[in-house]
Amino acid sequence: MGYDLKLKIWRGDSSGGQLVDYTVPVDEGEVVLDAVHHVQAMRSGDLSCRWNCKAGKCGSCSAEINGRPRLMCMTRLSDFDPAEPITITPMRAFPVIKDLVTDVGFNYVKAAEVPAFTPTAEQPQAPFRMAQVDVERSQEFRKCIECFLCQDTCHVVRDHEENKPAFSGPRFFIRYAELDMHPNDALDRKKLVQEERGLGMCNITKCCTEVCPEHIKITDNGIIPMKERVVDVKYDPIRFFRRKPKAETR
Amino acid sequence: MSDTERHQYDVIVVGAGGAGLRAAIAAHDAGARTAVICKSLLGKAHTVMAEGGIAAAMGNLWPEDNWKVHFRDTMRGGKLLNHWRMAELHAKEAPERVWELEQWGALFDRTADGLISQRDFGGHRYARLAHVGDRTGLEMIRTLQQRTVALGIDVFMECTITHLLKDGGAMSGAFGYWRETGRFIVFEAPSVVLATGGIGKSWKVTSNSWEYTGDGHALALRAGAGLINMEFVQFHPTGMVWPPSVRGILVTESVRGDGGVLKNSDGERFMFNYIPEFFKAETADTIEEADRWYEDKKNNRRPPELLPRDEVARAINSEIKAGRGSPHGGVFLDIASRRTPEYIQKRLPSMYHQFKELAQVDITKDPMEIGPTCHYVMGGVEVDPDSAQSTVPGLFAAGEVAGGMHGANRLGGNSLGDLLVFGKRAGEHAATYASGLAARPAVDEAELERASEENLAPFDNEDGENPYTVHQELQQVMQNLVGIIRNEEELSSAIKEIDSLRHRIANLTVEGHRQYNPGWNLAIDLRNMLLVSEAVAKAAFERKESRGGHTRDDFPMTDYAYWGKRNLICELSSTGEVGTREQSLPEPPPELAELLEEGH
Amino acid sequence: MSPAISFAVLSSFVAYATYAAFVNGFYYVKPYISPFYSPCLATVCGGDSHQRIQGANGVPHLGVFGPWWAISPAILILIFPLGFRMTCYYYRRAYYRAFWLSPPACAVAEPHKKYSGETRFPLIMQNIHRYFFYFGLIFNAILTYDAVAAFVESRSPAYGGGHVGLGSFVLLINACLLWAYSLSCHSCRHIVGGRLKHFSKHPLRFKFWGFVTKLNAKHMQLAWASLIFVALTDVYVRLAAAGWLGHGRWI
Repeated sequence: MGYDLKLKIWRGDSSGGQLVDYTVPVDEGEVVLDAVHHVQAMRSGDLSCRWNCKAGKCGSCSAEINGRPRLMCMTRLSDFDPAEPITITPMRAFPVIKDLVTDVGFNYVKAAEVPAFTPTAEQPQAPFRMAQVDVERSQEFRKCIECFLCQDTCHVVRDHEENKPAFSGPRFFIRYAELDMHPNDALDRKKLVQEERGLGMCNITKCCTEVCPEHIKITDNGIIPMKERVVDVKYDPIRFFRRKPKAETR
Repeated sequence: MSDTERHQYDVIVVGAGGAGLRAAIAAHDAGARTAVICKSLLGKAHTVMAEGGIAAAMGNLWPEDNWKVHFRDTMRGGKLLNHWRMAELHAKEAPERVWELEQWGALFDRTADGLISQRDFGGHRYARLAHVGDRTGLEMIRTLQQRTVALGIDVFMECTITHLLKDGGAMSGAFGYWRETGRFIVFEAPSVVLATGGIGKSWKVTSNSWEYTGDGHALALRAGAGLINMEFVQFHPTGMVWPPSVRGILVTESVRGDGGVLKNSDGERFMFNYIPEFFKAETADTIEEADRWYEDKKNNRRPPELLPRDEVARAINSEIKAGRGSPHGGVFLDIASRRTPEYIQKRLPSMYHQFKELAQVDITKDPMEIGPTCHYVMGGVEVDPDSAQSTVPGLFAAGEVAGGMHGANRLGGNSLGDLLVFGKRAGEHAATYASGLAARPAVDEAELERASEENLAPFDNEDGENPYTVHQELQQVMQNLVGIIRNEEELSSAIKEIDSLRHRIANLTVEGHRQYNPGWNLAIDLRNMLLVSEAVAKAAFERKESRGGHTRDDFPMTDYAYWGKRNLICELSSTGEVGTREQSLPEPPPELAELLEEGH
Repeated sequence: MSPAISFAVLSSFVAYATYAAFVNGFYYVKPYISPFYSPCLATVCGGDSHQRIQGANGVPHLGVFGPWWAISPAILILIFPLGFRMTCYYYRRAYYRAFWLSPPACAVAEPHKKYSGETRFPLIMQNIHRYFFYFGLIFNAILTYDAVAAFVESRSPAYGGGHVGLGSFVLLINACLLWAYSLSCHSCRHIVGGRLKHFSKHPLRFKFWGFVTKLNAKHMQLAWASLIFVALTDVYVRLAAAGWLGHGRWI
């Protein structure tokens, strides 16, 4: 069942690079990451790539396979025509360090900007009482493995480096949504996410949802509900006037 | 080395998994200047792979549950070789540690009353595992990561520690390199917490990632600390077996906890044939009783599929050897015929996707093919139970890299609790130790020179060996000769093979330069893997009985009189070889010993 | 759906709708009224106007706008359905991709130097989507009334009795699709329950939210289906009003 796979892998660093051809033997059931490991073991020991769990749980091996942002460990070779070469390039939205490894520091900066979970005055101390239906929406967002493929594919920063300072990206919009929907969180981050984190920059083209390996409905369940919640506090005149009486604690 | 990047801290934590992050948070809270150093990006540590849950006797579903029951389960699961004090501390403190995660934003699955839900797992008498579907480890790491970031603790990502530094007999810091640039970095710190995880990457079929090269075990050995219980390596009974590229990837025990059963090629639920004497009194011996247990735990005994992992792994191994295995050399794990598709997708979403996407098997329709996979090392740095400090002053260890807590076999769910309970203790005591010193220890410049030379050696060799090749050979040796079932002949040949590999790694060649070079990184990690493999093989050679994660077919019985009272300690000799010595097992006080008796 | 198809369908619809709205005729044949012209707010709709409009004889009107409103009465109302669709989260995605190439497809470079998303005028107006949703509900109620009225009238003795016209079904399906499209809207999902922090304290609204969530998953399909069908409904009434379909009494 094995065959010789042709690969084109981007090699280089911040000063530049090019696609390099490799041919490696691969076996039935293998994934793109296996092929990259074969290249490391047999052809080029210094080929750089990140990986950890090889089971789609850690989100380390993000790259662009034939131009599409994907996890290398969850992309089966059997999805491709064996006669055609597979092209692997690093994530384009982030600066290259070397080969397939990019500097994803942008995401860690954005993570540090999120005001942390803050328990309410009603239940300041765990153990909390929270109903399953109340935690489920946030639980979906906590499935995020931080592969940053959504950040990579989002055109707001992929094509516009200048937007990076004022745009947290889909991964962090669902983090804000998670906290806003947390049944026992006291902070209101709605104005913050709109005015300083760039929620309004999103034009809901749903590419983030398309690439999410965890199948989180980033746009429908995270970003759009967040936009609607922002409307409640910023753009809805009727709600604006009758707000105040404990709008947040219901 | 004057131009090398240097940092001063009170406490440095090596490793950013559950134990490392919890330790860093504790050290920070205790007022210490703290840094976390990790080989991968923050949030990618092996803890994310933990699926089932955190064992903590909160009693949310079964009010009968309490720390005493948990203590007993842990000790009996560990075949009574655990350090009783660690098992006691763990059972007592785990609930507090779980609630702390909730306090920091974790969202566990809930009971109908709105409390943290708890699930069944092998070896636990009551449903005890706090969980989030089958991605509990991810929830835990993300919560701790977010807490670490919120507290502003310094994190050095993609930075590997290769040497610990000492001043006199005590810790003075650590030396390592940035993976991104290959440049060296020195940490000057009186307290070092090892939280580097396990050693599984020395086996071929493993659920562990590339990081699991036994760095902390090897660093501790070289620093003069002892490793305890290294012969006990847990083979998780259920790893994927097909296709070959995913062989070893973990299939969570929750599948069995939620109703899945093991079957051989004859369709028989074979676990009923493998109930050991030790667990007879608490295990169901008919299918009817086993099936009733899921609903009524008071009047029925637990199904044999939920025996501790060592028992289940051995049973699967025997079935395969007897020719009753599945087409690809495993056995069948079937939940499809026992639970509805909706239930399976709700409870085991990531298993569903894992099989669907990697093996093209729909687990709501068909059984999974599974087999044992190297998963966890019970052995590790010998530490004081209360402070997590090793025999080297200033060197602490927590989590998988520490030994003693799990004895001869770890129960599922006890590792996540272990990380939190002893991570916190290690961090606190590391901070206390650092603040109690009269003077800061000094870093020895000559030691830095030596460390740097050792690390760069692979670049100086022409025509040496490829590190990937040597790594594959080591994995083959450990898989074949130091696997689930061991014997004297194979172990002694393993020791020889490891010795010859050790000579070969002195002559490795890597291509390219120091910047993000996985070949070079592997060459450095290989030294640790070999040292730790040597410790495992030698300890396994010495222990002439079968118990927990150590099975000898030349000594198939458990020897309560002699080996039941002894731990093996591995230490490094002056010639750089691993030696073993016996050490008597600490006796629990009478009130705890009583809990371990039958019928409790 | 690919941006090319989105582009083609949306462009065709806009072209047809513009034609249909401005042509000011052939939008009524008793008892069927085109959804583009309902509700009719101006007296120009009815036969009592000084001008006779072909295919609009006897159309019921509300007479809010007097005879001075001489051009097509569709202009008075179309802003509402148009606004609802223009600010709809699904259509936004579709036309940003298809018309503005922002981006043309996922992971494909977009041809713009600057990008500010929906943070500035006019695109910041997308935030008033929920008001168009509320107006949309009123329109749905009116179109449902039209459909029911068509059933009732077409069964009256004036039409031979006992028959139901095909047009009644067309109007009914159109109204149903519009309801489904409106109820599946993201703003609706937010309003019925999405904005709550504790579902457990509002079991009824949680139920509604669950229902809308299910519909919402089909929002794209409903958007296209209702868009195309509303045009087809107009075509049907137009052809009937022009007398091309006989009397439309086939059932």
